[in-house]
Amino acid sequence: MNTQGKAFKYPDNVDTDVIIPARYLNTPDAKELALHCMEDIDTEFVRKVDKGDVMVAGWNFGCGSSREHAPLVIKTCGTGCVIAKSFARIFYRNAINIGLPILECEEAAEEINAGDKVEVDFDTGVITNITTGKEYKAQPFPEFIQNIIKCGGLLKSLKEGEQNG
Amino acid sequence: MGMTMTQKILASHAGLESVVAGQLINARLDIVLGNDITTPVAVNEFKKAGFQKVFDKDRVAIVLDHFVPNKDIKAAEQSKTCREFACSHCVSHFYDVGKMGIEHALLPEQGVVTAGDCIIGADSHTCTYGALGAFSTGVGSTDMAAGMATGMAWFKVPSAIKINLTGRLPKNCSGKDVILTIIGMIGVDGALYKSMEFTGDGAHALSMDDRLCVCNMAIEAGAKNGIFPVDDVTMEYLDGRSERKPVVFEADTDAEYEKVIEVDLSKIVPTVACPHLPENTHPASELHHIKVDQVVIGSCTNGRMEDMEAAYNILKGKKVAEGIRCIIIPGTMQILRECVEKGYYTAFIDAGAVVSTPTCGPCLGGYMGILAAGEKCIATTNRNFVGRMGHVESEVYLASPHTAAASALTGYITEYKED
Repeated sequence: MNTQGKAFKYPDNVDTDVIIPARYLNTPDAKELALHCMEDIDTEFVRKVDKGDVMVAGWNFGCGSSREHAPLVIKTCGTGCVIAKSFARIFYRNAINIGLPILECEEAAEEINAGDKVEVDFDTGVITNITTGKEYKAQPFPEFIQNIIKCGGLLKSLKEGEQNG
Repeated sequence: MGMTMTQKILASHAGLESVVAGQLINARLDIVLGNDITTPVAVNEFKKAGFQKVFDKDRVAIVLDHFVPNKDIKAAEQSKTCREFACSHCVSHFYDVGKMGIEHALLPEQGVVTAGDCIIGADSHTCTYGALGAFSTGVGSTDMAAGMATGMAWFKVPSAIKINLTGRLPKNCSGKDVILTIIGMIGVDGALYKSMEFTGDGAHALSMDDRLCVCNMAIEAGAKNGIFPVDDVTMEYLDGRSERKPVVFEADTDAEYEKVIEVDLSKIVPTVACPHLPENTHPASELHHIKVDQVVIGSCTNGRMEDMEAAYNILKGKKVAEGIRCIIIPGTMQILRECVEKGYYTAFIDAGAVVSTPTCGPCLGGYMGILAAGEKCIATTNRNFVGRMGHVESEVYLASPHTAAASALTGYITEYKED
């Protein structure tokens, strides 16, 4: 499994209020919500994002609210992966639970520039900046989490466990 | 090797003798919580996965608090989804308009959560209940759905930062100044993935309302949970309130901490977090040049009785400065009622403030006090991110009820000094 696309670059401490402002949270509809993804820090994102594109950010990405709507809108917009120096813990958990691929890699998050063409191989954790030719290796997920991702999210993994157990 | 208080609660709920930091465990849950924004997403996931019933109708809590009384048609639909789900599963802790309060003020008050519990809530400020000596953490809607279905959740056992509080707080300071000071010291990811364990004689000297406020904002330092030891203050608070028997856990004397932070409470000053991060803290006294347009006193951080009392003591017999909108939001119906009975409500109105029924409303930019471009608000809420309370060019300054109320009287950020 992999993704390939252009990079959108964001700073440290991107919070869930800018990923999806609470003023839109009067609906659980992901497609409707996705129209406002990132709009408070990047009004161009929704217009410019193409399927498979990659978000690259600094420390503590997704801090703040527990709203699962945040990883959900990033995924619904077509974003193939988020690479950050670190993730806030609830966002990290939510992303895994809903099946948005995320990778922690300080060097890649630092060096990849906005607009660079990036390829990510989720099986190996290898991030390739096609524009510069440089390769990076992200931290792999623990096996327990890999299993959730493989099943397609937490609830599917629980259902599978029920059937097997 | 010894365990922290958090690790002991987690071990007990995982049915293990001991756990170590980094270990992945599956733990039994005492309470699974959701609100009117996160529950509809969870209900959808719950149904999609084909689950038929909740694991225990008495262990699920659903509180309508973010956008109620319904702010618009879409919010009304979300409330309806929650109501129908709660009704069809006979959820005993369902709190609708008239009974509801801001979830993290309400559940401790109603005795739904107690010492020794393992709690998840689809709201980031679920970490509040650590004040009671519980392990309590925020999760997303899918975790809530899984928790409602199975009564279990997976956790990575956190390492901990020990925060040793000594001394006593000055009279013009409260728990809010303590936690803002700590976040200013360690930053918004200073406790990422970790527990913040508060100890020391200063911790025992803090009131329950202050402890709830301190733990509430542990997430603002990135923490998984905040927790206080169980003492006489805790037991007195839980007595006659807690639905279930409290269970007391204590950290081992040889528990391992990644870091120990010493905080002398007597050195704390009224503190304000400036836009746009809670770590951007400054003494209130250095910000007296900042003119505000609005003051909000309330939220899951500071909507409790002691907060109302602080506001009352400062506002009674005085007038909110010309051109300032002062919005006061008691956290629960019981607190609102007490404000009425004690004459606070009348004093607030006479001062020129407005008083709302409980709601998260303005804190997250929902309704009931949205800011226009260029406007500034000093608020007792918990986040000051870009656009948090309204327009992306508006600003939120986080402060204690003392500082917010004193600022309402002058129209500028003002350090409260006792008359």
